[in-house]
Amino acid sequence: MQTNALEGGFAQPAQQSALAFRAIMDVLARPGQIKDLSGAIPPLPLSIAAGTALLTLCDTDTGVYLAGDADCAAVREWIAFHIGAPLVGPSHADFAVGTWAALVPISAYPIGTAEYPDRSTTLIVETDALEAAGSKGATLTGPGIQQTAQMHLPEVAVFQHNHALFPLGLDFFFTSGSRIAALPRSTEVR
Amino acid sequence: MTDYNFAYLDEQTKRMIRRAILKGLAIPGYQVPFASREMPMPYGWGTGGVQVSAATLTPDDTFKVIDQGADDTTNAVSIRQFFEKTADVETTTETSEATVIQTRHRIPEEPLSEDQILVYQVPIPEPLRFLEPRETETRKMHALEEYGLMHVKLYEDISRHGHIATAYAYPVKVEGRYVMDPSPIPKFDNPKMEMAAIQLFGAGREQRIYALPPYTKVVSLDFEDHPFDPSKAPHPCGLCGAEHSYLDEVITDDQGGRMFVCSDTDYCEKRRAAGHVGTLTQEAAA
Repeated sequence: MQTNALEGGFAQPAQQSALAFRAIMDVLARPGQIKDLSGAIPPLPLSIAAGTALLTLCDTDTGVYLAGDADCAAVREWIAFHIGAPLVGPSHADFAVGTWAALVPISAYPIGTAEYPDRSTTLIVETDALEAAGSKGATLTGPGIQQTAQMHLPEVAVFQHNHALFPLGLDFFFTSGSRIAALPRSTEVR
Repeated sequence: MTDYNFAYLDEQTKRMIRRAILKGLAIPGYQVPFASREMPMPYGWGTGGVQVSAATLTPDDTFKVIDQGADDTTNAVSIRQFFEKTADVETTTETSEATVIQTRHRIPEEPLSEDQILVYQVPIPEPLRFLEPRETETRKMHALEEYGLMHVKLYEDISRHGHIATAYAYPVKVEGRYVMDPSPIPKFDNPKMEMAAIQLFGAGREQRIYALPPYTKVVSLDFEDHPFDPSKAPHPCGLCGAEHSYLDEVITDDQGGRMFVCSDTDYCEKRRAAGHVGTLTQEAAA
C-alpha cells in the first residue's frame, strides 16, 4: 500500500468512477451479488473496494465517519486530498466506513425521516472475506432478488430490525479487498 | 470533439446524481430530490433522463434511445447524438444490443435482460400532484401512506365512465409501500415493469429521481370488481401483423382512413425482416 496521500486516486476520474459506480449500483440493485470494484488505492486499513466506493460517491457535500482503525492519519490525509469530504461523527454521517465491530451500534446513525427517508447513512463495512455464501449464509428476499439470495452477514437480528424500519433505515455495503456486495434496507433477512 | 467531460456533466454533479440513484434503489418508488442541472436542451425534452443516463453510462456501454417506441423521432435522435458526441459510446436501435436504454413513454416490446438498464424520462413524477398541488401535502401523504385520494380518483373514473379511464401514467404501488407514477407509459406496459433490468426514472424540471431494482413487485392500482386491464387497440399491426404489441393509430388521409402500427419500431422492423406481414404490406404488394 502507498503511504503518500497524494497517490492512489483515479488516473481517469470520469471513466473510472463511471465503471465503479456501475459496479456499486449493480450490487445495490441485486442484494447478495458480489462484484469487483477497483481503481483507487487507498492507504491501509481501507480496502481497495472501500476506497474506490468513497472516491466514487463522496465529495465536499457528504460527511464521512471513519470508524475505529479507519480513523488514522493516513486515511484522513488521503480523504482530505482526493475527496475533500468533511469528517464527522456517526450522527451526521452520510457515509461511514470501518469494520463491523467499529461501526456498531448502528442506532448511532440517522435513518432518515418519514418524509425524507433518503436522509440516512450508508455504511461501508470492511470484512475479512467476501465469498458467495451458498446455502450457509442468511437468506435474502425483496426487491432485486428473483427468488432468494444468500449472503454472509456479521449478525442477523440487526439487519432484520433495520428492514422493519422500512422505508427508513440504513443501507450497507460490504467490502473486502477489491470486492463489494450490498444489503439495502428493502431486503428482508432470514 | 474532446472538450466535454465524459458524458457532459461534471464529476461532482454525477456523484450527486449517483447518490440519488442509490437511495432510489434502496427505497423503491420513493422520489429522491436531486439538484437538477441546466442541460443543453429545454425542460420537457428529457433532461431528467439525460442526467440519469449521463451518470450511468460507462465508455463500454451501447446506448439506445426511444421516443414513444420509435428510434427515429427528433427527441430520440438528438439525445442519441448528444451522447455519441459527449460520451463517445456506441449507439444502436436494436433493443437486445443495448446495455442502457433511455425511453420516453414506452417500454420496449422485447423483454429486457439482467444486463440492461432502462432510463425513463419523467415529466411529473408525483402521482398525487393533480389531486393535491402542494408538495408539502403530497410528501406528508407519502410519509403516512395515505393514498385514499388516488383510489377515490379511480372510483370517480368508474362512476363517470363505467371503467377506469386512465390509459397512461397509470399509478402503481411498489412493494406494497409507495404509490409511484410509472411515467406516461401506456397502461399496456405496466405489467412489464416487473422485469430483470434495473429501471431508473429521472424528472429534470421537477428535480426527482426514483428507481426500481430488478424483480421489484409493481402492482397497478385497481378494485376487486374492476380489475386492472392493460388494454390496447383491438387490431393487429398493419405492417408486421403482430397481435400483442402496443399500436399507434396513424391517420392516413382526410377520408377517415387510418392504420394501426407497432409503436416499437425496432420490434416491428425485426418482425418484418423475419418475414411477418400485415394486411397493409400485403395490399401494397398486391
